Amino acid sequence: MMMTIPANSRVLVVLPHPDDECYSLSGTLAKHIAGGGQVTYACLTLGEMGRNMGTPPFTNRVDLPRIRKGELEKSVAAIGIQDLRMMGFHDKTIEFEDRVVLDGAIHDLLTELKPSAVFTFYPGYSVHPDHDATGAAVVRAMGRLPESERPPLYTIAFSHNCTDEIGFPDTENDVGDFLQNKLDSIHAHRSQFPSPGELGKSKKMDRELRERFSRERFWTFRDFPRS
Amino acid sequence: MAMQLIDPAIIQQRIQDLQDQDLYIHLEMTTGAYASHMDSTKHPAATFISNALIRYTTGSISEKAPHFRVGLKTEHGWVYSEGLTHYEESDRERLILAGHDTQGKLVVAFQLSKEPF
Ligand SMILES: [Zn+2]
Repeated sequence: MMMTIPANSRVLVVLPHPDDECYSLSGTLAKHIAGGGQVTYACLTLGEMGRNMGTPPFTNRVDLPRIRKGELEKSVAAIGIQDLRMMGFHDKTIEFEDRVVLDGAIHDLLTELKPSAVFTFYPGYSVHPDHDATGAAVVRAMGRLPESERPPLYTIAFSHNCTDEIGFPDTENDVGDFLQNKLDSIHAHRSQFPSPGELGKSKKMDRELRERFSRERFWTFRDFPRS
Repeated sequence: MAMQLIDPAIIQQRIQDLQDQDLYIHLEMTTGAYASHMDSTKHPAATFISNALIRYTTGSISEKAPHFRVGLKTEHGWVYSEGLTHYEESDRERLILAGHDTQGKLVVAFQLSKEPF
């Protein structure tokens, strides 16, 4: 199914690490914004426990959060996101965080923003414990909303077993017109990723980038706990 | 003394029992002193902190076997450990967790006690 988000509406993105947005949904967000929409991106941590410090290393454990905050702001600007919320949780601890605090913070965003769609990770199929725990917290917080007020929840999954267990993504978005935003978002996270390439260098590279990045796919999450 | 495979429900209860009080922690991780002697591509790393005083307000253990993670939220930060497999069942006063590799060697030690180790 092609993705449909009401134009001019506000969507909420909840992800734990700076850089979680770039490969998986930066095109979708840029497209929504180009159509007049608003995006709030709640990034739970600064990825301060990351191991990539650039190759060769250009930063260190102490300075990494500042570097990654700068990279996040650059990525957010490349996508056009109007509202970035750095939530101040600590990298690698989302699964251990006090649930009253964590779920409460997400619930507050939902009631404040009344988003038309929410994006996060599919709990249990997103490899990193912070990804799974973030998805689970969003599901719990959205489960507290009355069903009639619950917007669609689009999720990202990439564990090896994910399609065996949850099937193929049911929603697809053509973001071919927003490849430059997406590449700029990826390039912003210089400490974390090598460049996947640039547009306009060669026909072959353009074609490869287009093939690799033109479609973003999501699983619509429906399995909310009964309240 | 008998190290048992971790049962997360039991460890979760013990973590809660030790919450909100001053404790001594021994936290250690090692890839072994011979790691790079045996295989020069391996980076030798070892680190420990012994008998540091901590107090945590929230703590839990992950649920999925066989490699468990523990996180403790303290007033100013966090204690985190990953790769835990075993616990000391007979020790009721202290929490003794360890991570052993497939050859049985210790990789991680995570220990809490009201008295210094
Ligand atoms: Zn991540």
